Amino acid sequence: MYVYDEYDQRIVDQRVTQFRGQTERFLAGKLTEAEFLPLRLQNGLYIQRLAPMLRIAVPYGLLSSNKLRKLAHITRVYDKGYAHVSTRQNIQLNWPRLEEVPDILADLASVQMHAIQTSGNCIRNTTTDQYAGVATDELEDPRPYCEIIRQWSTLHPEFAFLPRKFKIAVCGTTEDRAAIYAHDIGVELVANASGEIGCKILAGGGLGRTPVIGAVICEWLDKKHLLTYLEAILRVYNQNGRRDNKFKARIKILVKAMGVDAFREAVEQEWAALKDGPSTLTEQEIERAKSFFTDPPYVALDGDAAGESLRLQGEQDPIFGNWVRRNTLEHRVPGYRIVNVSLKATGFAPGDITDSQLDLVAELADLYSFGEVRTTHQQNLVLADVQADQLYALWQRLQAAGLATPNHGYLTDIICCPGGDYCSLANAKSIPVAEAIQARFDDLDYLYDLGPIELNISGCMNACGHHHIGHIGILGVDKKGQEFYQVCLGGSQAKDASIGKILGPSFSQEDMPGIIERILQTYLDLRDEEETFLDTYRRVGIEPFKERVYAKAD
Amino acid sequence: MPRLIKHGAIVEDDWLPAQEDGAGDAHILTLEQWTQRADKQGLAVQLEPGQAPSPLFDVLQEIPLVAINFPVFTDGRGFSYGRELRERGFAGELRACGHILPDQMTYLRRCGFDAFQLADESRLEEALAGLADFDEYYQASIDQPLPLFRRRG
Repeated sequence: MYVYDEYDQRIVDQRVTQFRGQTERFLAGKLTEAEFLPLRLQNGLYIQRLAPMLRIAVPYGLLSSNKLRKLAHITRVYDKGYAHVSTRQNIQLNWPRLEEVPDILADLASVQMHAIQTSGNCIRNTTTDQYAGVATDELEDPRPYCEIIRQWSTLHPEFAFLPRKFKIAVCGTTEDRAAIYAHDIGVELVANASGEIGCKILAGGGLGRTPVIGAVICEWLDKKHLLTYLEAILRVYNQNGRRDNKFKARIKILVKAMGVDAFREAVEQEWAALKDGPSTLTEQEIERAKSFFTDPPYVALDGDAAGESLRLQGEQDPIFGNWVRRNTLEHRVPGYRIVNVSLKATGFAPGDITDSQLDLVAELADLYSFGEVRTTHQQNLVLADVQADQLYALWQRLQAAGLATPNHGYLTDIICCPGGDYCSLANAKSIPVAEAIQARFDDLDYLYDLGPIELNISGCMNACGHHHIGHIGILGVDKKGQEFYQVCLGGSQAKDASIGKILGPSFSQEDMPGIIERILQTYLDLRDEEETFLDTYRRVGIEPFKERVYAKAD
Repeated sequence: MPRLIKHGAIVEDDWLPAQEDGAGDAHILTLEQWTQRADKQGLAVQLEPGQAPSPLFDVLQEIPLVAINFPVFTDGRGFSYGRELRERGFAGELRACGHILPDQMTYLRRCGFDAFQLADESRLEEALAGLADFDEYYQASIDQPLPLFRRRG
């Protein structure tokens, strides 16, 4: 994990001091509401429906146990004893007091954390694969490049007042777990014809009101050019992105308006002036970044023997066996497993975690996973490096704390924004819809029979819940002051990314579990043997679903 | 006389502000006025958001002052304009004017601005202090051409 030196610490400390001054000036009436707004947003502070909301940066989703403990402390002292994992792998507090936010930021800085650029029209937290470094399908660990991008984008003087927010994701695997095609810029580590690993650059993807799949701007870029190339893209966007209409201000609209080829040409032209300049990455810098993401001291284990004893344990305790099967994954090192810690228990808002759970996960990370924890954009946590023979002990602790719901990747592992319960942008509540669906489909055998299904819910078209790229997406809409829900089908966040199609007229909140049930029944009736929901949808299209869902009751 | 921040101090302005009609050589000219002048030697020019600085590139040595206007502080195009001018060798005064917040001073300085004319003069002292908000940065910039990774020990 990256560790600050005196430079990093100084930058973050100075930011805390600056924000303390901004808060004081605002409270003293020296900064207007309109002026304070973008400034506080760039420090992650929203004013929400009921209270401010503070979004804390978790760079590319990586946390250490001491950071988790500090977060637990912060939720106890400054908030109501819980936090929320966001779809950008960040952590949100729902009840801080404005006057105390500078103190929270100072506490965060003491453990090398901050809230810089977690909101506002600037470059946001760079995200990546939650299994980076341990995935079996990884070409190269993306985290060093995420850290390089984090530093470059932090308080960048030229790009703090962009037309709109700007999100970058990096992946280095066969399967895309970072949704790089749904980002303003996606970076994929790929090999060229001679086997050298470089960066494929995508631009213009995004969700929101106009969902777009990103276009390839550069097929292969030498890694040393990464920052100058990003800088060129940002420069074209900063100068030419629309500023007259916030719904048309994202880079996706610019790329569409110019056309991909013209956009690429403009980038190449800007890049010509920056290429090989001082921001060109040095070999030492890449090596320095890599040095923070080396292997932890793995023990040499017999993978086959570990697998066999795990199987036996699973036979003796089928509930454990089921959890291993559903919530843990193969690790690239023999005898280790990747553990998904579920934040999707029925009855709790998806992604919420209490202070005592935070403390517990910190303790378990120290005991079983080299003191590291990851947040995921599916709003769960990951302990990435657990020895197979320690899974049982770990599972017992997780189980007792409500963190072992064996639904990872299944229907009830719902991605859900905070929605109308908290967010002032929302048109409709999203958490109660998620909870109602979780309650309706709490039969695990039924869930497993359905197979992998991603169900994503957003409370408005800003799409924080990524509804467009859920296999089933639900969008809260406002119709004459009443909350309704639109359903779309067939979205995907994988490399074969697709945007979901709207099923038809929207539904009331009470109807939602029943509508989902009809959709699922249609799938079960139509599927060929091994077909997943998405496979079936892609084969039969939206019509059969439409017919069943909107059929008049006889 | 209007006041502004220049070279780290609050001073009185030597130039008359841009105006649509009857601008003389002592005024900062709008881009349109400046374009119409045949002899550009010694004339100052002001860019608005949406007016990219490329028309100036060929005559940068003749221009003593480029002012870049920020009608609203959230329109960040001027940051790129300033940086592009400096990167192409503009050595005269680069002035940010308009709705600028003290909180943006470090960013502006780093993009090459060396003069700051706030529409609200009562904030000049705060803006002056804002220049010192940060003294270490990750990126390459006009006032620190080497990114931190080339300077780290």
